[in-house]
Amino acid sequence: MQEFKHYQAAHCENGVTVGLLKQAGLEQITEPLAFGIGSGLFYIEIPFLKLQSGPAISFRTFPGNIFKRTCKAFDVKLETKKYRDEEKAMYELDALLEQGISVGCQVGVFHLSYYPKQYRFHFNAHNLIVFGREGNDYLVSDPIMEETTTLSRQAMRKVRFAKGVLAPKGHIYYPTSIGEVTDDKLVAAIRTGIKRNCRDMLRIPGGVAGAKGINYTAKNIRKWRDKLGERKAALYLGQIVRMQEEIGTGGGGFRYLYGAFLEEAAAITGKEELLIVSEKITKAGDMWRDSAVQMAGIYKGRLSAQADYNHCADILNQISAVEKEAFLQLDKIKI
Amino acid sequence: MKKSEIPQDEGPLKGWTREVCYAKNEDGKYERGLSAGWSVKNDALDSAWEEVNKSVEEALKQVRAGKMSPIFYFMELKLMDVAVLAHYTGFWKWTVKRHFNPFRFKKLSDKVLQKYADVFEVSVEQLKNFK
Repeated sequence: MQEFKHYQAAHCENGVTVGLLKQAGLEQITEPLAFGIGSGLFYIEIPFLKLQSGPAISFRTFPGNIFKRTCKAFDVKLETKKYRDEEKAMYELDALLEQGISVGCQVGVFHLSYYPKQYRFHFNAHNLIVFGREGNDYLVSDPIMEETTTLSRQAMRKVRFAKGVLAPKGHIYYPTSIGEVTDDKLVAAIRTGIKRNCRDMLRIPGGVAGAKGINYTAKNIRKWRDKLGERKAALYLGQIVRMQEEIGTGGGGFRYLYGAFLEEAAAITGKEELLIVSEKITKAGDMWRDSAVQMAGIYKGRLSAQADYNHCADILNQISAVEKEAFLQLDKIKI
Repeated sequence: MKKSEIPQDEGPLKGWTREVCYAKNEDGKYERGLSAGWSVKNDALDSAWEEVNKSVEEALKQVRAGKMSPIFYFMELKLMDVAVLAHYTGFWKWTVKRHFNPFRFKKLSDKVLQKYADVFEVSVEQLKNFK
């Protein structure tokens, strides 16, 4: 094992994946590669479920998938554990750190003391790496931060055993061994990642997931103002913007990440066609940004007419079409 | 998005960190850049907090009017809902809802109150003598 190097990322799970795999010896891995190989791009609005009393929307695949899939692609053997007993969970973390192993942890952000208060909601799918301990403080590499930080033992216990939806239950994970990484394996990983992402964006039955799911949300947006009243409808739009990334910047960040992945994939595989699809995904990212600006007009109270809601919905319909086209094109490229 | 267009709007990230984003450089290639924040997202966060603050204020009124127990107020203050609070305390959801009733609340044992106090990070005293 090499010494742990902090890796800042746009998204926590990508960052943990890259941080842990680089340490295990996978030098080639970058955030966009992890995101693409893990088939990270997605869209879903889960019907009937409400999160923080707003629509349950996600712009990426389910928590844990990116890490699991990327590890599988490179024959990385993993140890993962969840606990009932808090005492045991803390003891085993300490024991691993003693052995010099850096450990990925799923945590809730509500008690994450180094976070600014404004971000501390009951959100339980955040990921970070613990890479050491000094007395009562754990050394923490939180991928969304520029620098490493520390967390007290007491706080660590609280965040590992946060409660509510997706409760982490002390979940830890770390690679134990890694297969030989060849160029062929890298190409195969990219191929698998792309195929799976095409499936997720194009061929999930029902109308709520993939490119089609964006139209489902658009359809709902048109009804919100009459159904929920102006205040609540505006809050729902705010939620969509907040969900575009947990903390990340500029709406549609996941689309840009995927665009960057396709660009790297084109360089590795030599398939120039991937660059054309990358352009399209970048365009979708720009359109998500535009939609967020339009939605902000509503939740800031500057706009409130039904026509403004329709405008948001129209942009979403266009995004759906662009993403569908991009993935249909991607699906046809032989890698 | 071009790298030069990466938003640098001051907000809650200030003094804490900047965030990574991917944007196009002058040659049309993707590059990593750092952003100080984006006003559109800051505003979304602000409006979510406005809503939270309204709920907390409303809860305070109800407790003062004797319609709800302090447990209800602290639940709102800690951004929880009944499901999350039930999970933290280990009580059933319907039990938690019963404890919102000020008359039932007065009869709760210190042991039960201690559980709530731990979750809310306050003392039992603060629950009993709510101000």
